[in-house]
Amino acid sequence: MRFLHIVERAYRATAEEQDDPIVWLAGCMRQAGAELDVLLRANAVNYAVRQAQPVALTVGDWQQTQPPSLNTDLQRLQAQGVHIYLSVDDLYARGITESSLIEGINLVSMNDLPELFERYDRLLAW
Amino acid sequence: MARPSLSFAFMDPPFESERTPTFFRLLDAALRRGCDVRVFAYEGAVALTFARQKPHANSVHDRDLESENHPLTREWVAALQRLAEQQGCRFEWINCGLCVDERGVNEAIAGIGRGSPADFARQLLETDNALVIGTR
Repeated sequence: MRFLHIVERAYRATAEEQDDPIVWLAGCMRQAGAELDVLLRANAVNYAVRQAQPVALTVGDWQQTQPPSLNTDLQRLQAQGVHIYLSVDDLYARGITESSLIEGINLVSMNDLPELFERYDRLLAW
Repeated sequence: MARPSLSFAFMDPPFESERTPTFFRLLDAALRRGCDVRVFAYEGAVALTFARQKPHANSVHDRDLESENHPLTREWVAALQRLAEQQGCRFEWINCGLCVDERGVNEAIAGIGRGSPADFARQLLETDNALVIGTR
C-alpha cells in the first residue's frame, strides 16, 4: 500500500519541533517500512528552497542548538527513496524559481494532481 | 518614571503552531526593553508551563537525547523568569485554572500562578497596553 502525504500548511511548530511535524512523520513511517511519497503545496513549497538557512531561537538565556533545516530533512527523505513532489503553480505564485530548489524535486502542475493521486492507495492531506 | 508594562493573553498549546515561538520572542523582547510583563495563559496555553514536559531523542534526525536538545516551553518560561530578574522587571504568569483542570496539567513549574479571567481583567487594568493572540 502506498501513501501520499500532502503537506499544505507550512511552518507549523517547526521552531519547537526542530522540523516539520508531517515531514518528520513521513520519515518515521518510512523507517518503519512504509511506502510513501510527499507532495508540498501552498506555503510548504518553501521547504525545498536550497538556500533557506535555519535560524536558531533565543528565549532569555535559552539558546536553540538544532534549529529546523527543512530542505535537509527533505533530502534525508529522498535518500530513503521517498519522492518529493511540489506544486509548481504554488511555487510560481510565490515568485520562487525552479533553479532555487534542492536537487531531485518533482514539479507537478495542478492539472497533474489527479493522475498523481491515482498512483496512491491513501492520500493523507495535512 | 514607572517602567512600561504590557499584558499578553495567549491561547495556543506547545508544539502546534509557530505563533507559540513568536509569542515567546515578543515576551523576550519586552523584557529586554525593560517592560513589566503579565501573561494570562488561556485554554491550551496552560500546558506551556507543565512541569512534566520531557525532551526526546530524534531518530529521524539521527540525534540522541543530548544532541537533539529538544525545546521545551517550560524551559522557555523559566528562562524568561531569569531574564526578568536580571532586568529588574516584574514577570507574572497566570494560568487559567479551569483550563488547567480540563487538561490535567496541574503541575506547573515554580513561580506560575493559577487564576481566572478576573486576573486577566486585573492585568489589563494594571498595564499600559495589551496584546491578545488567539488560537486560529
